[in-house]
Amino acid sequence: MSSLQFDIAHLLAGSLVLASFMMLYQDRLYALLNVYALHAGVLALSVAWQAYVQQAPHLYVTALIALVFKAIIIPVALHRIIKRLGIHREIENVIGIGLTMMAGIGLVALSMVVMLRVTPGADALAREDLAFALSVVLLGLLIMVTRRNAVSQVVGFMSLENGLVLAATGAKGMPLVVEISVAFSVLIAFIVIGIFLFRIRERFDSVDMQALDRFRGERR
Amino acid sequence: MIAVALWSVAALLALAPAGVVLSTRPRGSIILYGGCLIATSTLCVTALSDLLYVPQLTPSATLPIGLPWLGAHFRLDALSAFFLVVINLGGVAASLFALGYGQHEDSPGRVLPFYPAYLAAMNIVVLANDAFSFLVAWEFMSLTSWALVVSHHREAENIRAGYVYLLMASFGTLALLLAFGLLASGAGYDFDAIRASHPSAAVAGMVLILALLGAGSKAGLVPLHAWLPLAHPAAPSHVSGLMSGVMTKVAVYGFVRIVFDLLPEPVWWWSMVVLLVGGPTATLGVLYALMQRDIKRVLAYSTIENIGIIFTGLGLALAFKAEGLDWVAALAFTAAMLHVFNHALFKSLLFFGAGAVLGATGERDMEKLGGLIHRMPKTAFAMLIGCVAISALPPFNGFVSEWLTFQAILLSPQLPSWGLKLVIPAVGGLLALAAAFAAACFVKLYGISFLGRPRSDVAASAHETDRFSLTAMLVLAAFCLIAGILPGLFIDALAPVSKDMVGNIMPHQVGLQWLTIVPIAESRSSYNGLLVFVFAALCGTAAASAIHRLASDRLRRAPAWDCGYPDPNPAIQYSASSFSQPIRRVFGSVIFAAREIGEMPPPSSPRPARLRVELHDLIWDALYAPIAMVVGFATDRINILQFLTIRRYLTLVFVALILLLLVVAL
Repeated sequence: MSSLQFDIAHLLAGSLVLASFMMLYQDRLYALLNVYALHAGVLALSVAWQAYVQQAPHLYVTALIALVFKAIIIPVALHRIIKRLGIHREIENVIGIGLTMMAGIGLVALSMVVMLRVTPGADALAREDLAFALSVVLLGLLIMVTRRNAVSQVVGFMSLENGLVLAATGAKGMPLVVEISVAFSVLIAFIVIGIFLFRIRERFDSVDMQALDRFRGERR
Repeated sequence: MIAVALWSVAALLALAPAGVVLSTRPRGSIILYGGCLIATSTLCVTALSDLLYVPQLTPSATLPIGLPWLGAHFRLDALSAFFLVVINLGGVAASLFALGYGQHEDSPGRVLPFYPAYLAAMNIVVLANDAFSFLVAWEFMSLTSWALVVSHHREAENIRAGYVYLLMASFGTLALLLAFGLLASGAGYDFDAIRASHPSAAVAGMVLILALLGAGSKAGLVPLHAWLPLAHPAAPSHVSGLMSGVMTKVAVYGFVRIVFDLLPEPVWWWSMVVLLVGGPTATLGVLYALMQRDIKRVLAYSTIENIGIIFTGLGLALAFKAEGLDWVAALAFTAAMLHVFNHALFKSLLFFGAGAVLGATGERDMEKLGGLIHRMPKTAFAMLIGCVAISALPPFNGFVSEWLTFQAILLSPQLPSWGLKLVIPAVGGLLALAAAFAAACFVKLYGISFLGRPRSDVAASAHETDRFSLTAMLVLAAFCLIAGILPGLFIDALAPVSKDMVGNIMPHQVGLQWLTIVPIAESRSSYNGLLVFVFAALCGTAAASAIHRLASDRLRRAPAWDCGYPDPNPAIQYSASSFSQPIRRVFGSVIFAAREIGEMPPPSSPRPARLRVELHDLIWDALYAPIAMVVGFATDRINILQFLTIRRYLTLVFVALILLLLVVAL
């Protein structure tokens, strides 16, 4: 592999982490969805580049799925849901933006240390890829943990899934079947969560998770 | 040999599911207990023949059940044979008793299936020759006996007893599991392999402590005894007899098997630990027993005392073996084993008697009984023999084993270690105290329940129990007498056990003149139960006949002296509490934190004055209550985790993930 190919793969994976960071500090739902579309677009580019580097044509299909479903259909659908439900478009954070960003930096550092330590024998590209993928997964979890709004939790979950796809394409020889099933599972998760959002909205006039908690009569 | 034994055990196991069907039939209990009677007598005879005519090659068998790479190993050596005799003698007596007693059971479906399974489990524990089979059978024994304890589950007290029992049984099995884990680490689970291995001194010491905890919690050593006086009385009486008389002996077997057989040569401090647990157990057990009013609970606490005596004997055997005095070790060990046998006899007998009283009157409280000797003369006779035997009075069997234990204690000056030289006489003092208290305790039990005048209507209208129960009690009483006047036979039968476990035997007793037993040397001490018996019988008969000849032999009934009060009420008789009051005053204020509170009504109030006695179980208050409190507190805190929000659960997962990654990274 030439160093240019390596550098571009590195750049794309790094951009994905950067997009994850951008999602961390969004405080409007529409903006968050736009960043998520960007996130999925970067993922599609990255996967396509991997397909080119590894000369694995089936990865182009994965890239296409990522582009069509994740970068276009899901964000557009979520936009419509938000508009139809009239969801309050401000995102309530549990902890402040600054602290969240600091935690995110810590997580990226942690995933670098872990990956570089446990995979000394692996191929350099795979190592970098896995380290970035783990960062994206952890940042996705962080988004889910620090947001109270159901839509932003869904977005966090899907960005986490993007990290998994990045990890899977970084390793050579992943069969297409797995990717299709992963894509389907995300689709199903999306549908299920979408339906849930409707139901929550119907009952409580809000998708703020706090309403659910209040209904269950429990302390937060 | 072992094939017969294993087939009999299999028959018992097969009877367990049959019990489910039989429990709905009108005569089902007779068929089931009859089947148990046949199976246990076969086992008893097989084991006895194995003990008396020890085969050249120890019979063993391996069955392809259990762990696939291990199988189930069984072995019938002298120790197993002896304990099989004890278990199945108890089993025969209990089944015979239950042929009559079990017909009054109101929920047979809760007893019949578990009874044969329980018997089978105890037999398998003794036969097992690998740690896996041993532990499985041990746990099976705990579970089946638990099911029998909670068989009368309508009473809240029984449910509590079952709960405490289950907890303590799990604790005991955990300790044994760890002990076998340590033993098996270098060898594997087969006992033969463990015997051949040489664990280090530290490992052996830890195994000893764990075995003492595991077997001791099942046997009822203080302070692990808390469950025993709750659980044993809660079961139906024939099962109570088995639990107290036999299952505690299975626990003793577990201890002996691990410490004397599987571990290497003992070190002197092992005996110190065992003695320091055994002596106080004996004294405390009987002190507790003295304070009780419930007959079955008195018997259960008295079991703790006897277990203390047995463990003292085992501790002495360890001490003398560690210091190379094999012949004294053989004496102490034989004394302990003889007491195992004797206690199984008279404790079963006493529990059956208590069951007969319970069946006749529906009462276990001594303060409601009295005068039963007139209404249940045969039961009273059998109980009298049991009480005399357990009080260690000659010419009955309890005296022989306790006397032998004291002979070993008197040889302690020959030990080189100063620590043991000081501790053993102190333990001897505790045992002597326990023996005296035991006599007081059973005078109280017998005197209050069977003598005097009835304290309640149910006691006044009691009737004699059925003939199966009577036969079982009288057979056990006869055994108590035989073992008391011919102890030499039993000591000689124990020789192969003592040879295997401590490497030496007591001198042969059977050939001696007049059936005397001489544990060490004629010049030192000897005992002749037969002579005592003949002397006591002759004197008694002569005195009785003289009185009847010289005076009138007509039966006369006259009012007892009533201290000048007319129309004495039965309630002003000596009561169980008043009998034990002097001992409670002397020892109770410290050991039980006893307080007597007199409540005088104000003048002009018609309310009667009351005397209230408060007793505390200090071990429960100081050891069990704090543990229960900590566990309760912790579960209350953890309970919050049931009701978190989704986001908090996610946070928990996230934090756990981060922590694990940190562990990998650092």
